[in-house]
Amino acid sequence: MYGRNWSFRITWFRILMIIFVLIAAAAAIYRFVYGLGAITNLSDEWPWGLWIGFDLLCGIALAGGGFSTALVVHVLHKDKYLPIARAALLTSLLGYIIAMVSLFLDIGRWFNFWRPFFYWGFHSVLFEVFWCISIYTTIQVLEFGDIFFEKVKFPALKKILGYLMTPLLILGIILPSLHQSSLGSLYIVAIDKLYPLWWSMLIPFFFVWSAFFLGPAMVTVEGTLAARAYGRDPELPVFQSLTKMTMWMMIIYFIVKMIDLNYRGVFGMAFNGSYESNMFLIEMIVFILLPIFMYAIPSIRTKLWGVVTASLLVVVGVVFNRMNVVFTGMAKSVGGSYFPSIWEFLITIGMWSALALAYLFIVENFSILPKEEHTHSTHTNYGTGFQA
Amino acid sequence: MSKSVLVDITRCIGCRSCMVSCKSWNDLPAMPSEFSNNWDSPGKLSAETWTNVSSYVLEEGDQLKWRFVKRQCMHCNEPACESACFTHSFVKTKEGAVIYKPTELNQDYCVGCRYCMIACPFDVPGFQWDKTFPYVQKCRFCYDRTKEEGLEPACVTACLTGALTFGERDEMLALAQDRISKDPRYIKHVYGEKEYGGSSWLYISDVPFAQLGFKTEVFNRPVTEKAIPSLTWDVLKWTPYIFVGWGALLTAMRAYTKRRAEVHNEEEMYGPVDPKK
Repeated sequence: MYGRNWSFRITWFRILMIIFVLIAAAAAIYRFVYGLGAITNLSDEWPWGLWIGFDLLCGIALAGGGFSTALVVHVLHKDKYLPIARAALLTSLLGYIIAMVSLFLDIGRWFNFWRPFFYWGFHSVLFEVFWCISIYTTIQVLEFGDIFFEKVKFPALKKILGYLMTPLLILGIILPSLHQSSLGSLYIVAIDKLYPLWWSMLIPFFFVWSAFFLGPAMVTVEGTLAARAYGRDPELPVFQSLTKMTMWMMIIYFIVKMIDLNYRGVFGMAFNGSYESNMFLIEMIVFILLPIFMYAIPSIRTKLWGVVTASLLVVVGVVFNRMNVVFTGMAKSVGGSYFPSIWEFLITIGMWSALALAYLFIVENFSILPKEEHTHSTHTNYGTGFQA
Repeated sequence: MSKSVLVDITRCIGCRSCMVSCKSWNDLPAMPSEFSNNWDSPGKLSAETWTNVSSYVLEEGDQLKWRFVKRQCMHCNEPACESACFTHSFVKTKEGAVIYKPTELNQDYCVGCRYCMIACPFDVPGFQWDKTFPYVQKCRFCYDRTKEEGLEPACVTACLTGALTFGERDEMLALAQDRISKDPRYIKHVYGEKEYGGSSWLYISDVPFAQLGFKTEVFNRPVTEKAIPSLTWDVLKWTPYIFVGWGALLTAMRAYTKRRAEVHNEEEMYGPVDPKK
């Protein structure tokens, strides 16, 4: 109906990203042939590194925009957020694919990856994570199918998907709620290993809650990037009204965190001057309290720079929190040292480049972003002239 | 009939026969070693070294004390590794051994995710980092020797000084209590009796355990005596209720708000981006 065929514009920036993807693919093949020890700096002390800590844990957390937006738009039917719904779904789907790919790269006996489907270790948190992530990724592919078949005409399939959409949407919120929290529960076994400022029986709550309030912030950051790249108007009114929910959720997060620390009698550890306590204070002050204040002050919240800066702090803050759990909090008890090898970095960069390329290809070929009502001719490309 | 080994640190002379016998019984390769400040070699457990003796030189006034601690898998009563594994690649047998790839059925179900290594409170499991298709490896409590051959574990057989005693866990606990109460030199504590829910390997010593590298305090608090699997289960057991409850709530909310919502034609609302603009 759009009278357009497939298109993918090639720019220098895109060529650079394609090169990163190719390097990562070559490194990945090397890893599959020669094993993890050949290209990673992982060790018995640090069995999980950059791929699990950043690509998997942060990839999934950053995809939190998918389920929080689905909840707001499709369950609560807050229609004013419809313009961002599809973009949030797409980012989420791509985030999950990154997580699955990095998991597949990271597991030693990758040809066994399907075993947990048939051998039920239900007492393991990882079992729940594995099932939920696999099924949820499938559901997101199906949800995306609804968009896909708008362009690729296949009425019979689209009709079937239409019938399935309500259960898929509901499952598509339950499953991520469960495994976002389970990614935190993974660290309950690390009692006496993970620093008490992060270890808690409530860590599943902190993980799912932060993934949820991260969602709107991620949508804001990503929407602004897309707007800049394509010379469109950012959805500023949508971003602004999202801040209220994020702010209140972050206030609750902060209060529960304080209660939890007091209840476990470790509140004082936040101020003991150790490396861990300093990292914790940065996490709480710069990435929780500061964005709360920025969201609370109208003169900051209503400006594009204000809402984007605060949202960026929230996004970076969640990544910072996951890094603190995986690395900072574990360092003292496991000993040894770990810094990712150049190949671990290159594979990570390659995967995120592939995500960016996939995003660009999909929004240029499918109906993801809202149609702009005003004429494009009056619109000049603003910003620093950055062309994605 | 859960088997156990009591390690009496006062009787160990640091000869490392246990290490040699472990390597030879389990057919494990030698590891290249480096010169270091102490006598530990290779110094830590790994996929190829399932037991290791650490040396400690302790100054007490003008006297020097030598103590040696044999380390290996503790074979927890309720192992964290077993609960962490989502393919049942670890099993706690009724004989007490915690073994990897335990049965004919799941010889090769391990995915290599290494969550067991995150889970283990004693940092025991080692990973074959240099292999294309690596396994996780650790002490098997000589399950084959004890079960099929009716022998003691190789390290116990090799021990010259009686530092290692193999037997039923309750008998070993009684023996430990007996030695502790009869000889005032001993610290009044059996390490492994209660730590992380208790383990099959038990230690008694005349030097405080903390000075011998035992995990007695973490972050200035005593180590937990709860079994780690029970902590995880306290959270995981809620999964089905959350699934059903949260699902019902979402369905109800969707149905309730839908009546008020306007109908949108989504196909009219969104469009592909034209990058040429």
